[in-house]
Amino acid sequence: MTTTAPGRFGVYGGRYVPETLMANLIALEAAFEDARRDAAFLAEFQSTLAHFVGRPTPLYHAQRLSQVYGGQVYLKREDLTHTGAHKINNAVGQALLAKRLGKRRIVAETGAGQHGVATAAACARLGLECIVYMGALDCERQRPNVERMRLLGATVKPCDAGSRNLKVAINEAIRDWIANPDSTHYLIGSVVGPHPYPLMVREFQRVIGDEARAQFTRVAPRPDAVIACVGGGSNAMGIFAGFVDDPQVELFGVEAGGDGATTAATLNTGRPGVLHGALSYLLQDAEGQVLNTHSVAAGLDYPGVGPEHSFFKDTGRARYETVSDTEALAAFKETCALEGIIPAIESSHAVAFARRLLANRPGLRVIVNLSGRGDKDLPGLLAKGLV
Amino acid sequence: MQSNPITAAFDRARAARRRALVPFLMSGYPTREGFRAALAEAATLADVIEVGVPFSDPLADGPVIQAAAAQALKQATTLAQTLEDIAAYRLEPQASARGQAPEPTATPSLTLRAQDGFTPPVVLMLSINQVLAGGAQNFAQRLKAAQVAGAIVPDLPHEEAGSLNAEFAAHGLALLNMLAPTTSPERTRAIAQSARGFLYLISSAGVTGTRDTFPSETLAYIKRAKELSGAPVCVGFGISKPEHVRQLADADGFIVGSAIIKAQSEGRNIADVLQPLRQAL
Repeated sequence: MTTTAPGRFGVYGGRYVPETLMANLIALEAAFEDARRDAAFLAEFQSTLAHFVGRPTPLYHAQRLSQVYGGQVYLKREDLTHTGAHKINNAVGQALLAKRLGKRRIVAETGAGQHGVATAAACARLGLECIVYMGALDCERQRPNVERMRLLGATVKPCDAGSRNLKVAINEAIRDWIANPDSTHYLIGSVVGPHPYPLMVREFQRVIGDEARAQFTRVAPRPDAVIACVGGGSNAMGIFAGFVDDPQVELFGVEAGGDGATTAATLNTGRPGVLHGALSYLLQDAEGQVLNTHSVAAGLDYPGVGPEHSFFKDTGRARYETVSDTEALAAFKETCALEGIIPAIESSHAVAFARRLLANRPGLRVIVNLSGRGDKDLPGLLAKGLV
Repeated sequence: MQSNPITAAFDRARAARRRALVPFLMSGYPTREGFRAALAEAATLADVIEVGVPFSDPLADGPVIQAAAAQALKQATTLAQTLEDIAAYRLEPQASARGQAPEPTATPSLTLRAQDGFTPPVVLMLSINQVLAGGAQNFAQRLKAAQVAGAIVPDLPHEEAGSLNAEFAAHGLALLNMLAPTTSPERTRAIAQSARGFLYLISSAGVTGTRDTFPSETLAYIKRAKELSGAPVCVGFGISKPEHVRQLADADGFIVGSAIIKAQSEGRNIADVLQPLRQAL
């Protein structure tokens, strides 16, 4: 595998947290290593994925997009999972693990709200208390998800500090965990954070890639390329995990290019640093202060990125490209009009890159991870007159 | 390697039969001039001074210190500016307090500080990302040049501290270890035994900020740390009142942060907070 030292992907990753959290991280690592080898735990996880999440999700041949883009486009339909995004795979996995650890209280952060909704649903099902931190800006632009979390019994705590987005939500979730280390599990929603989170979240998300790889064999032995959007990078790492050992499959991560002036393109414009417990590429100034980001997609609006993506960038195993707000919105509309699918604005970044790739290299067979559905985006996008 | 000034400061307090006082100040807060004045004022009552270099995303800090960091960053406070201010203070604390250069001909009046001419050593508190920004070696060189005695890096646990520790050792600086009540017995042993300068005990779970009382386990935790530690043991996180100092009497020293920042934010003198604590030591 790609872990080069315990808790590291090349030089990236590690565990840079206040001492109060170290015992929890060590216990979590042990519990995860134990659980992933426990047939009963795996059976419960698989059963939950089948009957609660609704897996496997289809690998859908998008014929009209294929025709317009000039290749063969296959969409991995994570938007069809329960709660509408890939986030649920990891949420149910970690919630089962939290229960195994004897935790009664879950804290989570959310950007677009999909991880918050998934965590609220997983907690409701297991009878766990759920607190979700969400940037005040994201509460405004993802209103439907705030209401869904409340209906599912979660307490949503808006975070008004600084950038009012995903970064401050993670800050507050970590501070809550520091204050409640015994009772609480921090159910992080991406392949970011201190070890074991990047590894654990990848393993809970690899079902996307494992399914897609098996499903694609009906078409051909392997696709030419796999494309996924990257904020923290969990949907990308989930689908990449199925193909990383197939050297003939090109892997593309798509970052948010924002409005051009301000972006969230961490791997394209950042340099290595530590945020939220891991060494990885980071958008920062010369003093090491973390920079503000901008993206039309709340779920990509993050100055950090999962450490394994940094490793893939340096080794060249994956390439990381950027797509602007405008390109993503165009792809959003095309997917609606040509395929009858409303994609999340985050996932629309991946679709937009597929268009660019096929324009340059026509005829490729590509899998795009359609990581979530776009219902959550409609009020915000309509209010701004963007769709 | 010369003996670390932090050790000397604790020896001096012990000789006077009292525990040590370690006030925390935020560089650039409430303003650069305000910070320089606070440094000189704190020097009259402190044994060691902890200076925070503001960071955009401080995970271990509560609302009071977060707000101070945000305000200091708005005024573009940097590590370089912090080190300049500390170097000026090391030369002549009262002159820097008045915003003047020291007069070379005048004998410095040290009566405000201490009869013995003692100037409290300074340790920095900052995030590992601020250290990595310019590299560990460069960081150690700059601290040494500014006569800073060491640093506290709260998001750099023992297991990750190897290379910074080596740089610090090579420059005669102390990287201060931290313990938490949640730290396992094995890790407590390793962290306490390798402590340099002083061992920083996080009083109880939670971020920095005022606590009313401390759980009864805190006393046993301090005792255990003292038995194992190769350095004096100081308690921080939530210390604000003389009652706290009396309750946690076994510690060798006390770190006071949020209570000072709060006083500054209300325009009060920081001696209002430090004087009663000093008397309880």
